[in-house]
Amino acid sequence: MQLLSELIFWCFVVLTVGSAIVVVFHSRVIYSVFALLFTLFGVAALYVYLAADFLAASQLLIYVGGILTLIIFGVFLTSKVMSLNIAEQSHQRWLAVIPIVLVGAGLLMLILTTPWEIKISAVRPTTQELGQLLLTDYLVSFEAASILLLSALIGAMRLARFFRTED
Amino acid sequence: MYNLTIYLMVSAVLFLLGLFAVMTRKNAISVLMGIELILNASALNFVTFSHFSSGNLNGQVAALFVIIIAAAEAAVALAIFLNIFRIKATSQVDKADLLQG
Repeated sequence: MQLLSELIFWCFVVLTVGSAIVVVFHSRVIYSVFALLFTLFGVAALYVYLAADFLAASQLLIYVGGILTLIIFGVFLTSKVMSLNIAEQSHQRWLAVIPIVLVGAGLLMLILTTPWEIKISAVRPTTQELGQLLLTDYLVSFEAASILLLSALIGAMRLARFFRTED
Repeated sequence: MYNLTIYLMVSAVLFLLGLFAVMTRKNAISVLMGIELILNASALNFVTFSHFSSGNLNGQVAALFVIIIAAAEAAVALAIFLNIFRIKATSQVDKADLLQG
């Protein structure tokens, strides 16, 4: 059982990282979007392994159900999907490798050399505790997030419709 | 499997891939996907530290806010891309130079 769980965990790690590589390096945008689906799904599975049940569900609902749908709409609306030259070119690829390698080496050193203080508690349902935290300790940020979402909703509608009246 | 460094490594790889996409991609939507990768990496880090510090849920709340902000950001960014596409008939970020005098 333990072995099976570990095997599935590594499958999800490979799925997450592999599809993220496809997201970044595939030359067709629509393939990148569908690879992003698997990355987000893999991250949700990692949340399950981290005992974050509510977050895994919200990741699936909001990211896979909401944001990804939005991005697919964006791809379809801002490019001629049926045409063959939708393939995009990248620029400064070799120049960008330098900061990536530097930042990556720094992160790797940091992760491996820091003496982490690990305290794992038993797995428990988190939804009730999260709700209590949101309405007590994080009440102000919760309300700020609500206002942010409302203003983003209205602003996005206004932006997207702005030039339609002038056509 | 219950190893903190594995999660941190996965998160670091996601962050670096996202950073690479943001720096090299020309299509605005690919840049947006890079930003989503970066946000996911940070949320994964928050949840990881939440799990490995005796189940303290503050990190999970932070990750929840990351997801909320990512949703708002994606909606506004795509509205802006649609407008740029309508005006310039392109979704390349370096063609969007309307404010460049």
